[in-house]
Amino acid sequence: MADRTMTLKVTRYRPEHRPEPYFDQFDVPFREDMVILDALNHIKDELDGSLTYRWSCRMGVCGSCGMMVNGKPRLTCSTFLREFGSKPVVVQPLEGFPIVRDLVVDMTAFMEKLRAVKPWIIRHSEPSMEAGEFLQTPEEVDRYKQFSMCINCMLCYAACPVFGKDPDFLGPAVLALAHRYNLDSRDEGWPERHQAIAVDWGIWDCTFIGECSVACPKGVDPAAAIQREKVAKTTDAMFSMMLPFGGQA
Amino acid sequence: MGGGAAGLRAAIAAAEASDGLDIALVSKVYPMRSHTVSAEGGAGAALGPDDSLDLHAFDTIRGSDYLADQHAVEAFVAEGPGEIVQTERWGCPWSREPDGRLAVRAFGGMSVNRTAFAADKTGFHLLHTLFQTSLKYERIVRLDEFFVTSLLLEDGRCVGVAAIDMRDSEVRCITAKAVILCTGGIGRVFSFTTNAAINTGDGMALAYRAGVPLKDMEFVQYHPTGLPGTGILMTEASQGEGGYLVNNEGRRFLEDYIPSKMELGPRDILSRAIIEEIEKGHAFEGPYGHYVHLDIRHLGEKTIDKRLPFVRELATKFVGIDPVHEPIPVRPVVHYMMGGIDTDEVGRTRLPGLYAAGEAACVSINGANRLGSNSLTECLVFGRRVGRLAAQDALVAAAPSENPVVRLAEAEQERLVASYLEKETGTERVAAVRRDLQAAMERGAGVFRTEESLKQAVEEVGELRERYADLSLDDRERAFNTELVAALELGNMLDVAETIVRSGLDRRESRGSHTRRDYPDRDDDRFLAHSLAFASAEGPRIEYGDVTITRWPPEERKY
Repeated sequence: MADRTMTLKVTRYRPEHRPEPYFDQFDVPFREDMVILDALNHIKDELDGSLTYRWSCRMGVCGSCGMMVNGKPRLTCSTFLREFGSKPVVVQPLEGFPIVRDLVVDMTAFMEKLRAVKPWIIRHSEPSMEAGEFLQTPEEVDRYKQFSMCINCMLCYAACPVFGKDPDFLGPAVLALAHRYNLDSRDEGWPERHQAIAVDWGIWDCTFIGECSVACPKGVDPAAAIQREKVAKTTDAMFSMMLPFGGQA
Repeated sequence: MGGGAAGLRAAIAAAEASDGLDIALVSKVYPMRSHTVSAEGGAGAALGPDDSLDLHAFDTIRGSDYLADQHAVEAFVAEGPGEIVQTERWGCPWSREPDGRLAVRAFGGMSVNRTAFAADKTGFHLLHTLFQTSLKYERIVRLDEFFVTSLLLEDGRCVGVAAIDMRDSEVRCITAKAVILCTGGIGRVFSFTTNAAINTGDGMALAYRAGVPLKDMEFVQYHPTGLPGTGILMTEASQGEGGYLVNNEGRRFLEDYIPSKMELGPRDILSRAIIEEIEKGHAFEGPYGHYVHLDIRHLGEKTIDKRLPFVRELATKFVGIDPVHEPIPVRPVVHYMMGGIDTDEVGRTRLPGLYAAGEAACVSINGANRLGSNSLTECLVFGRRVGRLAAQDALVAAAPSENPVVRLAEAEQERLVASYLEKETGTERVAAVRRDLQAAMERGAGVFRTEESLKQAVEEVGELRERYADLSLDDRERAFNTELVAALELGNMLDVAETIVRSGLDRRESRGSHTRRDYPDRDDDRFLAHSLAFASAEGPRIEYGDVTITRWPPEERKY
């Protein structure tokens, strides 16, 4: 089987025992096709059942398993051990968030921010269900599709220097999601949604460093979303209220 | 309970049904982590011009090997299109025709193009759309990362749940006039599965222990095309878009098994065909066992990127194979539980106050084999149905009395502390018992089963129960104790596993996904019936219930 091992240095935080986080070190058998999450599962299953982290789908779509791997925010289910040669790999909780336990961070504030930008279709009037679906051409889908690919893994927050300093910053994923609905031809909520994000802790907090877009494992470009919302003027809002489909059709 | 497609749809339906209700959405993970997120291919509904409700119903019933309840199927197909449109209104980025209408694609066992899709991330988009839409309703209060440990019962009624708040491992008592279980499937009971880590049959086990039977648990769906090793799903839409299954002779071997449908045959037939090819020596061999090839190269890069981008992403990332240039290694993998909590066609169980929908429930529209793309639609249709029904019932139900319920929760806390957190004896590791359970199920209750293999599995699960009683946790902390949760999940998995192998042992025929080598034929005289597994001190007691036939009398299942 495994003819060599790899060393993982993992953050531990056990508030009932020690007030500060510390590192534990584990050796795990190495396989060429092994991801960081496999190594964590090996530790939990065989060595120390108290190691604590979130994971679920192991295919890069549920967004649970984001952690700092050698200082970079990564999905651990999609990050291969072989990437790191033979040096120890350092696994830490996502940066910028309070730690609950070991590699588990507190995402309560993130969930509140999600709701704050009204990520749902807003319309002035709703045609009857008998009228069937809203028509939306493939080109209209393509306008917002990229921004609908966010899996809420929060890697972009861990990468964002602004969020690192200001935990109240609505942040890349949430602002990109607001932009996604603003671009949707079915939506008429631009004015109120823009109001929710055109605030000091929203789009105006972003200094366009662009680390979020680099960190995103799903090809979303939150930095672009934020810049596009910044240049959207009040007059656009007026237009969007007068035109059908929020002026986006 | 549960924040996937069915749970969210039920919560929204309940919120829309009345202003006078408080709705709690309780989930062991944040809703957008639910396993709905991994559904790829699409959601089936008779939307196309060449389609009809009867055709969708017939395909579903034939696919079920005549074990589906036909009145439920009729309701399902009738409400499916409206639910797809509803999620479209809520913003789901469905793939479109050039003129802007919803597009539909081909899927296995369906006579016409019927599967609405959002590229091949349909579950992801549907889940996030439902979750984001649910945020609109302030009446829906989320209890994220709460793990339900038992149902609270009072005078023969379900009056709420006891749940651990994972933050501090304290049992909270959530009283309710109606409790809906939408906790998904059981894939992790097997070692090789497409399912996420969270799919441990929690809701099924809760209902079962409360006296509600689990129906048709012998019917476990193997998906023909999972990646060897990880079990990651390669969507059936790959075949819907025109992909081939090829053996080690370079031949599309399905011409020997189901020539009329080839790659668009139903999943049970395709999975059996692949296993038989493996047994004939027609498969490739790799480090994770035998496999065949799924070849989509001829579709071309443009189509693959437009219609199957996730397949390309997953194959490239996890097995280092770019399907634009190379065929993908695939083998049958546990994917879906046709069985589940016995409900009627609106989601009511036989325990007053308790309801269920989605994969956790067994209505049954899926019978002995579910057709691909019916499950997302099932979550929507029956999620809405059960949400409305539970809301109506809750408006007229009496409030549970406070005292007994609080005492029940206290007793539950004491049990968890004594059995796990402060237990001083025990030598077994959670992971070891779990791994042996998964291996036993894989051996005993796989694609092909026999009296002997199932008996063996029954015995092994029994032994594993004894080992479970000897469990000892490394983790004794109260803060976010995932080992405690894993231990409780393992308890649920053992309960559910026992019903699978017992029901399988007693069904001495072959129907749909349940294939007995010793009983190769379907036997309608004895087994055109739903199995019902009741909990008892001696393990599951199997009874049988009627199948509802309306307009499609059972006939030989031919393609």
